[in-house]
Amino acid sequence: MRDFAAIYLQQFRTTFASFVQYRASILIWMIWHILEPLVYLVVWSAVAASGGGNVQGFTARDFSAYFIVLMLVNHVTYTWIIYEYEYRVRHGSLSMALLRPLHPIHADVIDNVSSKLITLPMMLLAAGTLGVMFRPAFHTTAPSALLFLPAIVLAFSLRFILEWTLALAAFWTTRVSAVNQAYYVAALFLSGQMAPLALFPPAIRDTAAALPFRWMISFPVELLLGRLSPAEAWEGLGAQAVWLVAALVLMRAVWRSGVRRYSAVGA
Amino acid sequence: MHENDSSHPDGSAVTAVDLRKTYTVTEREGGAMAALRSLFRREKTEVEAVAGITFRLAPGEIVGFLGPNGAGKTTTLKMLSGLLYPTAGAVSVLGHVPSRREKAFLRQITLVMGQRNQLVWDIPAADSFELNRAIYRIPERDYRRTLDELVALLDLEPLLRKPVRNLSLGERMKCEVAASLLHQPRVVFLDEPTIGLDVTMQRRIRAFLAEYNRRTAATVLLTSHYMADVEALCRRVIVIHHGRLLFDGELADLVRRFTAHKTIVIELENGPADLSAYGEVVSSSEGRVTLRVPTSATAGVTGRILADHPVADLTVEDPPIEEVIERVFSQGPP
Repeated sequence: MRDFAAIYLQQFRTTFASFVQYRASILIWMIWHILEPLVYLVVWSAVAASGGGNVQGFTARDFSAYFIVLMLVNHVTYTWIIYEYEYRVRHGSLSMALLRPLHPIHADVIDNVSSKLITLPMMLLAAGTLGVMFRPAFHTTAPSALLFLPAIVLAFSLRFILEWTLALAAFWTTRVSAVNQAYYVAALFLSGQMAPLALFPPAIRDTAAALPFRWMISFPVELLLGRLSPAEAWEGLGAQAVWLVAALVLMRAVWRSGVRRYSAVGA
Repeated sequence: MHENDSSHPDGSAVTAVDLRKTYTVTEREGGAMAALRSLFRREKTEVEAVAGITFRLAPGEIVGFLGPNGAGKTTTLKMLSGLLYPTAGAVSVLGHVPSRREKAFLRQITLVMGQRNQLVWDIPAADSFELNRAIYRIPERDYRRTLDELVALLDLEPLLRKPVRNLSLGERMKCEVAASLLHQPRVVFLDEPTIGLDVTMQRRIRAFLAEYNRRTAATVLLTSHYMADVEALCRRVIVIHHGRLLFDGELADLVRRFTAHKTIVIELENGPADLSAYGEVVSSSEGRVTLRVPTSATAGVTGRILADHPVADLTVEDPPIEEVIERVFSQGPP
């Protein structure tokens, strides 16, 4: 355990030092993460205004609360691992990682977490600014705020493990970007990034609940906004936990067979 | 401090028995029609990169691993370091099966590839070293001592604090080598460690490897296209060609077996003379004649020349090692 702490600390220093070199690209990612929900926020607020003040119970101020929190949750949980893996497999840098007595996922976890630590203050500042501009309405209760913490940790873990597993498609195909596109589109609809899932027809809502997407992004947002009953909140945390276990099992299996394939065809 | 119980029963550090690796590659003709056809049916061919090689390395040995491009050297090194599963045959490194990639195994080996890097591009090498210290769980005292040694031997002091991307190729290679050896591996695989480096830097790395081997008694298997590397470091060489073992033995024996000729250089006291009766005249100028003669005839020819001509100086030389290797690669076994 202490060894792991040392590795994580050192990897954090390394990543931090690297990130400082990439200030510009970090800034561009952040702008993207602010602009995307901002567009939806503006569009849905306009729809609410023209629809007599609300859309299925969402007022303009509800929408602004939803998308501002979504912006933060999405930022905290996003990964860029799928882009990375294609490069790693093609250029052989994965081989160097496989020679080390440490599972390569650890470096990726730290990479991700440290980049978030660097960018989160600025994202909070952006959220605050948007809050002043769009006057969001929160119905947050103390229990929902408390449960939000495990929910966001589970959401991050689930999204990270799933996308890391998906990135391993690079072992089988050089067209990872196609896989990524399909995943991205599905996630855009079913994780509540384009619109709150509550606005979708029941069939799509049920589909979203049966798939992992809602549990990666939308669920913590709904929870923090106070839109879920205590029972729904606990059910959601349960669903997150179940999906996380399933994702870990899947990752283990895919990693093993991926490495076997990689070392069969020429690392 | 290294446990010795992990060695192979016969005492070898590295054992490969009838090692094979076959790749399946899809092939197609160039052109749009062929591309379209390949959508539906792909021609698959089996390529035998390593076709059954057997060798053993004793602990502490430095062995040169030679062969032309595509001979199967890198494939073999990757099988020995656990990156590739062998198609058939058995490998044992320090008593481990490499392809299982057990942590205890990975902590005791290293693979340096001249064309790949492990150092993080954007940060100083010193930071990557620290990361390796954590990953390999190197005790602080051992780490300090090893690092100091490496810094002194490779003259790294001025490089440690610069971002790796600002280093020259040679400087980076020195740092790569240092990073790969921080955990004091007992078995070191080096794939073209001096590729692209200038002569001074090559000599530096070479001297360092010899010293490292002397100090740590690590087993080293080295591939290189620079014969100077091999001559300076390896008494024993293993030559493979088309995935098969061509030669395994002392470098001097390789030269003897694969060269049917020796070179005799004669300086005549009385100026130019025609020596073509004694052998093939390679060059002749101002009384200095270079002859190529069959090895078996060398003694006789030398005796006759000394008897027949006033000779100021006479030397018998083996052909340059590059020439020998070229002959080995182009001919295969004699």
